[in-house]
Amino acid sequence: MTDEATLIEMYRKMLKIRHFEQRVYYLFLEGAIPGTLHLYTGQEAVAVGVCSNLRRDDFILSTHRPHGHYIAKGGGVDRLMAELFGKETGCCKGKGGSMHICDFGVGMPPAIAIVGANVPIAAGIALSFKMNVTGQVVACFFGEGAINQGMWHEGVNIAAVWKLPVVLVCENNLYAASTHVSKATLVRNISERACAYGIPGVVVDGNDVLAVFEATKKAVQRARQGLGPTLVDCLTYRHGGHSRGDPATYRPKDEVEEWLKKDPIPRFKAKLIEMKILTEKKSEEIEKDIVEEIEEAVKFARESPLPLAETALEDIYA
Amino acid sequence: MRQLTISEAIREALREEMLRDESVFLIGEDIGIEGGFGGPFGVTKGLAEEFGHERVRDTPISESAIMGVAIGAAMMGMRPVAEVQYGDFIFCAMDEVVNQAAKLRYMSGGQVNIPMVIRIPTGATRRGAQHAQSPEAFFVHVPGLKVVAPCTPYDVKGLLKTAIRDDNPVLFFEHKLLYGGRGYRAMGGLEVISDFPEEEYLIPFGLADVKRKGDDVTIVAKLLMVHKSLVASRNLEKEGISVEIVDPRTLVPFDKDTVIESVKKTGRLVIVEEETKTGGWGAEIAALVAEEAIDYLDAPIMRVSAFDTPIPASPPLEDYVIPDENRIVEAVKKIVK
Repeated sequence: MTDEATLIEMYRKMLKIRHFEQRVYYLFLEGAIPGTLHLYTGQEAVAVGVCSNLRRDDFILSTHRPHGHYIAKGGGVDRLMAELFGKETGCCKGKGGSMHICDFGVGMPPAIAIVGANVPIAAGIALSFKMNVTGQVVACFFGEGAINQGMWHEGVNIAAVWKLPVVLVCENNLYAASTHVSKATLVRNISERACAYGIPGVVVDGNDVLAVFEATKKAVQRARQGLGPTLVDCLTYRHGGHSRGDPATYRPKDEVEEWLKKDPIPRFKAKLIEMKILTEKKSEEIEKDIVEEIEEAVKFARESPLPLAETALEDIYA
Repeated sequence: MRQLTISEAIREALREEMLRDESVFLIGEDIGIEGGFGGPFGVTKGLAEEFGHERVRDTPISESAIMGVAIGAAMMGMRPVAEVQYGDFIFCAMDEVVNQAAKLRYMSGGQVNIPMVIRIPTGATRRGAQHAQSPEAFFVHVPGLKVVAPCTPYDVKGLLKTAIRDDNPVLFFEHKLLYGGRGYRAMGGLEVISDFPEEEYLIPFGLADVKRKGDDVTIVAKLLMVHKSLVASRNLEKEGISVEIVDPRTLVPFDKDTVIESVKKTGRLVIVEEETKTGGWGAEIAALVAEEAIDYLDAPIMRVSAFDTPIPASPPLEDYVIPDENRIVEAVKKIVK
């Protein structure tokens, strides 16, 4: 078990992701945010449990659903919000948008929205760490939908063969867009795939942030020691649809209700209160701070200028 | 003056850059296996012995992984030189090249660079449709990539060194019939040898080379077609037609000034390419000249390209599909009266 300050920080980050995504959803309905959104609501324990094991100079590879990863790795919500608004002050100057969030300074390369394509790239980042003997690691996030993509297989295999410092984090939320996992693979647990690559695979309750934290702690240690990747299968659930405007009617009502009962945030809160690390009052204070920070980010995003159209022609080549 | 083949020129460029910069490493299939063959064309032979298997990395048959690993390492400041065994195999890694290598810098708002090179053997050599395509045009179409296609050992060495030092993804096309092995000469390949200076040199991107001066017609050609055009131009000279041959050497960035200057002088343009015609590289050059220099043209622009077929294996079939000297001569004569 880890120290109190870390646990409170984990709780704060989970709450921040939850409030951020809720706020973003309303801003989208209001018309302030263009394009599309893939909200992280419900999966907060995975990003926070994993990233709490990482150093600032470790890296993560994200997906089309990156807001939670970015916040968990330490990215600032003001520049994230501005990017969603398409503003010049956004973390990618408005060129990335919701699906390509990037803050290289905190160890987050552009999020990759081609499912499965981030695994070989994670292996390459890890290879540079290995060749330069830096002791850094890479955590690569993907949904269970990614595991049937060819690039995923090639990336996992090469990371395994070369014993690269990668942690493979499967956010198994049961649905690849609308397709249930049972229609896409016959293995019962995604972690069973690990044996095909000669690496360890573990299943973990992805809505229990401490369980994710402990499982990935071992995986991170293993990676740092030069023993290669681990496949961590985190069982979780997205509260909403795949993307904006998806009512997710392909999911049975009782299944949704079951999973909502397992919401990772109230669970962690109850645990922290039981451990006497958190009180209702303290929780309210944390929540108040977060809401303020997010409202400031909204203000920052609203007041920021749109990019000059001609800047579309910049940043193509170094 | 010492002389090198293209194969030797590539090896020398790789070796010099690996000695100069520790972040340069090679990654590909069968490139450094002990007792192996140094890549499908023997280019990397000996480099694993000199630099070790950490820097001459043999991979599983996983083109997506090769390119993805190169991209990730490049993002962190390494300078990988990746390779595919045959140009056709690059299609296995289309996502990593087109969606990742080309776009990551842009979509991050300029936060990351991808300084990598992909070496790609191109051209038809009697192996049939899946080891024969000239895929250059696919990549010329993608913003964010640079595309290099040189045809002499001197150009290859100077441009490969520039490619390795460039901070962008560079696709480096090498024609299989030009590597310089004797076996390829027997199949119609040319033994291409250049004189080499002892001192180091680099050739900048975006600078075309006029491979032959002439007054009546401009030929723009690349790779093997430069050599075929040289042969054709010698035949045309006997008939009193003076041909200028412009070799762009780099397709992206493209030295349009040299092409347009030449067209202004000759008033006629023939584009010669080994790739298939429709939607091809030649179409792009034709459109560019039509947009910017149509008033200087005295005749229609001609394209000499492969016919629109997959590349067949049998010699008479392949020879029919791929442009030869006679087709180049015919095209020139059609517009030079």
